[in-house]
Amino acid sequence: MAGHGESHVHPVSLYTRTLWWLMVLLVATVAAGYIPNIPNWLGVVIALTIAVWKATIVIMNFMHVRFSGKLAWLFAGAGFFWLVIMLAFAFADYVSRPWEPFHGWPE
Amino acid sequence: MATDKPNYLNWKTTVASWLLTYDHKRIGILYLVVISIFFALGGLAAAMIRMELATPKGDLLTSDVYNKMFTAHGVIMIFLFLIPSIPAVFGNFALPLMIGARDVAFPRLNLLSWYFFTGGALLVLIALFRGGIDTGWTFYTPYSSSFAKGEVSLAIVGVFLAGFASIFTGINFLVTIHKMRAPGMTWFRLPLFVWAMYATSLIQVLGTPVVAITLLLVAVERSFKIGIFDPNLGGDPILYQHLFWFYSHPAVYIMILPAMGVISEVISAFSKRRVFGYHFVAFSSLAIAIIGFLVWGHHMFSTGQSMYAGIVFSFLTWIVAIPSAIKTFNWMATIWKGRVHWDTPMLYALGFMGLFVIGGLTGLHLAAMATNVHLTDTYFIVAHFHYVMVGGGIMGYLAALHFWWPKMTGRMYPEGWGKLAAMLVFVGFNLTFFPQFILGYMGMPRRYHSYPEEWAVLNVLSTAGSSVLGLGYLLPLIYLTWSLKYGKVVTERNPWGARGLEWELVDTPPDPHNFERTPIVTRPAYDYNHPEEPTAFIPKPRPVVVGGKDG
Repeated sequence: MAGHGESHVHPVSLYTRTLWWLMVLLVATVAAGYIPNIPNWLGVVIALTIAVWKATIVIMNFMHVRFSGKLAWLFAGAGFFWLVIMLAFAFADYVSRPWEPFHGWPE
Repeated sequence: MATDKPNYLNWKTTVASWLLTYDHKRIGILYLVVISIFFALGGLAAAMIRMELATPKGDLLTSDVYNKMFTAHGVIMIFLFLIPSIPAVFGNFALPLMIGARDVAFPRLNLLSWYFFTGGALLVLIALFRGGIDTGWTFYTPYSSSFAKGEVSLAIVGVFLAGFASIFTGINFLVTIHKMRAPGMTWFRLPLFVWAMYATSLIQVLGTPVVAITLLLVAVERSFKIGIFDPNLGGDPILYQHLFWFYSHPAVYIMILPAMGVISEVISAFSKRRVFGYHFVAFSSLAIAIIGFLVWGHHMFSTGQSMYAGIVFSFLTWIVAIPSAIKTFNWMATIWKGRVHWDTPMLYALGFMGLFVIGGLTGLHLAAMATNVHLTDTYFIVAHFHYVMVGGGIMGYLAALHFWWPKMTGRMYPEGWGKLAAMLVFVGFNLTFFPQFILGYMGMPRRYHSYPEEWAVLNVLSTAGSSVLGLGYLLPLIYLTWSLKYGKVVTERNPWGARGLEWELVDTPPDPHNFERTPIVTRPAYDYNHPEEPTAFIPKPRPVVVGGKDG
């Protein structure tokens, strides 16, 4: 793996392939929205999986993380980890609301 | 130092040389000019608020105008002053000097950051002058996205741009600290201001994109009626608060961590002692930055958030007090048995400690869910966050301004006026905000322009205090500006007798390229026990060999 600061010449095909993958995944996202009779949570899981996939492709290829040193990997990973923190704590709120002993104001 | 030697201020003097500069020091000055203007505007809005509240009846401003005034005050002070204040001004000016670098890692990105910030600030200003906005600085949905009139979207785009300026600054500092430290400047020889800026930059890079996109989603919902946060459109307003506070609570640490870094520098310099517990203070900055990301739900105890989530957020909020306390106790231990010099920066630093402790401890009250439900949206909250963000953030900013002013300008301000202003700020601040704790505890809600008669005395006290505080802020503006032309010329590198590369090796004002050659660091930071040993030295140039085997 080459370190930061070294110049890279990447073939144009890398970017065209990335673009095509992003287009395919975009179509997949829209198509997933039209799948009949799937539970809401499954729709969310599918949409988020495709979104993470697309983000990974962009980070790796367009942002050159796959050609960078460990420090760049660490920071890119930290970005994802922080996203997980945000989603985990926010979802914990939604998931645990039905567990509360009282709902709404007493009559 | 010879006074006629070119320095970063006088080596090029055209307007273009300033507006197109890549010099981190000049970009720091550009930020200083812009944020000073916005500090004055935000202060004017605060003065209007306090004048309205001098009497129980809403007789100066209508409720509509009052709403716009506190929104203008909040948006300007938070996004256009406090967040960029220490990082963009003193981080830019001092950080490369402190680590022995010639500039930041990405000088062009640094200049772009200033243009993004200034462009965003102008958009916000246009929004305020085209009728203003009344959403509060939090832009809570669905009011901001579906009901509020005025130029909400324009203000949001302005804040979005200012947010990206903040991200650019954070990226620049992270890379600069990782990659551009001088030889010998190991992580544990770094000044604590640099540690604080590193922690701040982490928050800027990891948190700011979230609020930028969240606010953009508000503009999208407002413009295109796509349901994201408005329940009438199928959205969820509490989701907005999760996303907003995920950044906006850590944003408090963007304001306070750099100030803490400044306080470490100032207390060490004016006590002539190494900061007690250096490693603990350094790591406490990182701890604050990381734990600070896990506490945002304490802003949402009364919104319908699950009480189980609330318990976790409450517990984590108490934990974040620990690294803050570590810093405070270590600063006190640094002063203890130190040779304390009561110069203006030190007065501001001591003021910071007192006010931040009050702000922090009242934060613990608010972290308790039951107490929070009683106090939320009252003046207790207003007093608490002003003690942290103004008592902490602005005291730190003023300490930094007075500490590095001679290095930045080559001029000294009048010390007597400096001390007087520091006293006025401390007294005026407490007179303004301490009564608000009592008012809040008695139940006075925030964001109303009128109130019952029985709260009049405390409100009059608060308004009187704000006029003292305003005078305290006005004085530095006058005497610092005056000192640019009439202040005593500072020719020595180290007028405070402080340790650190920016004091020991850098001319006053600094050379355009900072150092003649890259310095080599040989001593730890704050090595006041060995005054005869310099922290670093500039290596001699290699002899030029004239003629080689080919010559």
